[in-house]
Amino acid sequence: MMNDLGLYIHIPFCLRKCRYCDFLSFDDKAFLTGRYIDRLKAEIADRAEEYSGFKVKSIYIGGGTPSILNAGVIRDLMDHVYKFFDVTDEAEISIEVNPGSVDEQKLHEYRRSGINRLSIGLQSARDDELAVLGRIHSWKDFCRTYELARDNGFDNINIDLISAIPGQSTDSYAESLQKIISLEPEHISAYSLQLEEGTYFYEHRDEYEWPDEDTDRDMYHQSAALLGEAGYDRYEISNYSKPGYECRHNIIYWCGDDYLGVGIGAASYMEGIRFRNTDSIEEYLKGIRCTERNVLSETDRIEEFMFLGLRMTSGISASDFCGRFGKSVFDIYGHILETCKKDGLIMIKDDIIRLTEFGLDVSNYVFAKFLLNDR
Amino acid sequence: MDQKHIRNFCIVAHIDHGKSTLADRIIEATGLLTSREMQEQVLDNMDLERERGITIKSQAVRTVYKAKDGEEYIFNLIDTPGHVDFNYEVSRSLAACDGAILVVDAAQGIEAQTLANVYLALDHDLDVFPVINKIDLPSADPDRVKDEIEDCIGIEAQDAPLISAKQGIGIDEVLEAIVQKIPAPDGDPDAPLKALIFDSVYDSYKGVIIFCRIREGRVRKGTKIRMMATGACEEVVEVGFFGAGAFNPCEELSAGMVGYITASIKNVKMTRVGDTVTDDERPCAEPLPGYKKVNSMVYCGMYPADGAKYPDLRDALEKLQLNDASLNYEPETSIALGFGFRCGFLGLLHLEIIQERLEREYNLDLVTTAPGVVYRVHTTDGNMTELTNPSNLPEANLIDYMEEPVVSAEIMVTSEFIGPIMQLCQERRGRYLSTEYIESNRAMLKYELPLNEIIYDFFDALKSRSKGYASFDYEFKGYERAPLVKLDILINREEVDALSFIVHADSAYERGRRMCVKLKDEIPRHLFEIPIQAAVGGKIIARETVKAMRKDVLAKCYGGDITRKKKLLEKQKEGKKRMRQIGTVEVPQAAFMSVLKLDDE
Repeated sequence: MMNDLGLYIHIPFCLRKCRYCDFLSFDDKAFLTGRYIDRLKAEIADRAEEYSGFKVKSIYIGGGTPSILNAGVIRDLMDHVYKFFDVTDEAEISIEVNPGSVDEQKLHEYRRSGINRLSIGLQSARDDELAVLGRIHSWKDFCRTYELARDNGFDNINIDLISAIPGQSTDSYAESLQKIISLEPEHISAYSLQLEEGTYFYEHRDEYEWPDEDTDRDMYHQSAALLGEAGYDRYEISNYSKPGYECRHNIIYWCGDDYLGVGIGAASYMEGIRFRNTDSIEEYLKGIRCTERNVLSETDRIEEFMFLGLRMTSGISASDFCGRFGKSVFDIYGHILETCKKDGLIMIKDDIIRLTEFGLDVSNYVFAKFLLNDR
Repeated sequence: MDQKHIRNFCIVAHIDHGKSTLADRIIEATGLLTSREMQEQVLDNMDLERERGITIKSQAVRTVYKAKDGEEYIFNLIDTPGHVDFNYEVSRSLAACDGAILVVDAAQGIEAQTLANVYLALDHDLDVFPVINKIDLPSADPDRVKDEIEDCIGIEAQDAPLISAKQGIGIDEVLEAIVQKIPAPDGDPDAPLKALIFDSVYDSYKGVIIFCRIREGRVRKGTKIRMMATGACEEVVEVGFFGAGAFNPCEELSAGMVGYITASIKNVKMTRVGDTVTDDERPCAEPLPGYKKVNSMVYCGMYPADGAKYPDLRDALEKLQLNDASLNYEPETSIALGFGFRCGFLGLLHLEIIQERLEREYNLDLVTTAPGVVYRVHTTDGNMTELTNPSNLPEANLIDYMEEPVVSAEIMVTSEFIGPIMQLCQERRGRYLSTEYIESNRAMLKYELPLNEIIYDFFDALKSRSKGYASFDYEFKGYERAPLVKLDILINREEVDALSFIVHADSAYERGRRMCVKLKDEIPRHLFEIPIQAAVGGKIIARETVKAMRKDVLAKCYGGDITRKKKLLEKQKEGKKRMRQIGTVEVPQAAFMSVLKLDDE
């Protein structure tokens, strides 16, 4: 029997680093692009050989900003993947694009390369908020991109949205939500801005007016309410889709299925082992790849099953747990499940355990309880 | 070496007048060490002292000086602390000396602690001679300072050496003055042994090392010694004198000498500072008068952050007490903090130093409760108890009245700041006694102040309101009746014993309110709303609320980087372990400490 995997390809380049971004990307290393792509292709070839028994059921090209690469580069990269990997016909193949860096020709090439899902980084439908975030595009730029995407046959589009932007109000956030709903994308990711060390926002945090915890939650609840009314299903803490359009690639992460990441900083989970490539592009260009490797113990896998599975609103299944680990989830977490239930954080119905609305809001608090090891 | 070639002396001064620097110069000039070997301040060998630039522990050093008369003299220099908290230590050092050098800053002149320390030295019958330091400063006015010394203290100052310890000016003159003006020790070397313990340290190889001044008789390896107060007997393993930062063994210590004794003493309680050492086979008739016993003025609870470290804390306190007899402690239990100790200190600086030494030298993480003074509680049955822990206060209906300690304070200040300083004393419930002018523009203000009004930040307030020009000294006066109440803090309606404290009825509301505000900031949000209340006698006087947690979520999952996500969760779980559980509320350790800093705002 063939196993499945999801393939993640990391493109660590962008035109300008956004103020909130702590992802592994560079706005000053474009000159390394050619050599990077060569190394990436070499890694794809090697990995394909290593995991020759696997079929690829999803591909996700993320960054950085993959759309700043020339159309031909993506096309070439995809051809390379098809050459070495066995990609299923119905595979979900996504690429992240930025309204400021994509044009009709690129979209056209993506389609021809077999890419069937676009993830557009919009973040806000208001130009003033886009400026605060340090984005390089306007709402109008986005609309043009969106229209072009539809014209070129993309029928599965995600739009990224950020809430709790400095200076944002619940009204202005609702405005963004409404504008996006009216475009009827298949998928919406609505994150609340997180202040991460090392970002521009973090360094300049005292210069901004940050929405408080309550406003942040109001916005989050607003997403759930407005998107719910418009027919979107919240299937994960921050992800909404029309029925049948859940992002299959992301679901791999949360279900503990196998995935392979290529490129710098890319994480993988293959056959019970987590590993991760170097964060250093210089090292990567010298041929260094994996720098972190961690064989998961059963305890690790149990913990992950819980805190990843519970991110999804469908929750986890007790029988699934029992099938994987040969023991009852209630034997291991009985006391914790009981307290969480009493505190209104989780619901247990028949075989299914899932977070309540409140549980989703304070999910870290809940997840931390599911860690078993004292380290 | 015969007695007439020995000089046992110390240096006394107001803080920052240059005592330690002069000590360094004397050691340097007497040639035991080359300049290269000199660490910046040889006598201050605890890290903490070096960092804070102050001398905490008295230390001794022996050097050899070749005087102008061609003879060699042994100098035993005993360093003393200058801060008001450490009068006890000063007193210990003084008892081992025959004379004292008084260092006075050529610009600042006499300060409050100059007087306090000189009087202490005179009380010990020491011969005191003055030295005017910092004459290199542009603002130096040695003639005025000489007059001041003669007028205020009444000791001869016209021929005082004018020096700059920092620049090395006038040091020779000081050395000669030591020979000329400090009397040689006396005492019969053939009489039965009689030695005063003035300090001790614990060494893991040698056991307790006793620092002593031999008053009469002699002691050498093999002598069977007896501590007269504790009765402990041991055979001497080694005697010696103090090199700079080292112990140098020697054949014998005899009357007039200062040195150390080791005798395989493992139990630190056996050698009490102030006790008399004698020869067990040929004991002296009477012990020396011990030091005046000092009482702890300030108390607080100290708890290990990690409950399992309780025995470590106990051992550490025991060792610290050995060379700091003014520290006392006894075990106590707190509902909020578990097992710990109620510790008594001379003052707040002393408290801070002990706390830092426990943390640095003994690697302990501590939770400290708000410091308080010793109150006297008179109960309706006619009894009186001393209260060091506020949570032991009897029920209000059992209390007849309470008394608080009051000190006599002397504040030396230039005339322009008299107004602001008087206002400060007023705010601190001070009772004005008098103003005496020392010279036309400097005055000594005398006040009586409740001790609990000065233990927190009085010194800082004094400095800031006088632009650093005021100096301050105080001594315990007695107890006075006062309207005192116990302020309790309730977290989620549960009283937290470790946060209770005694306060004057008039300031209860203000203190309670500020405590609540501070705690509100310190306690993280929980799943439920947490009221934080301040109460006096069961009546709520202030309230703040920690709102219920609404958000604790990692919106984005970092793509497939689950390891990073898990690390965050682990950190979160780890953080919880360091919290103290009060009912269902988790309170960070820092919350207990932050309320100590209420007065900072």
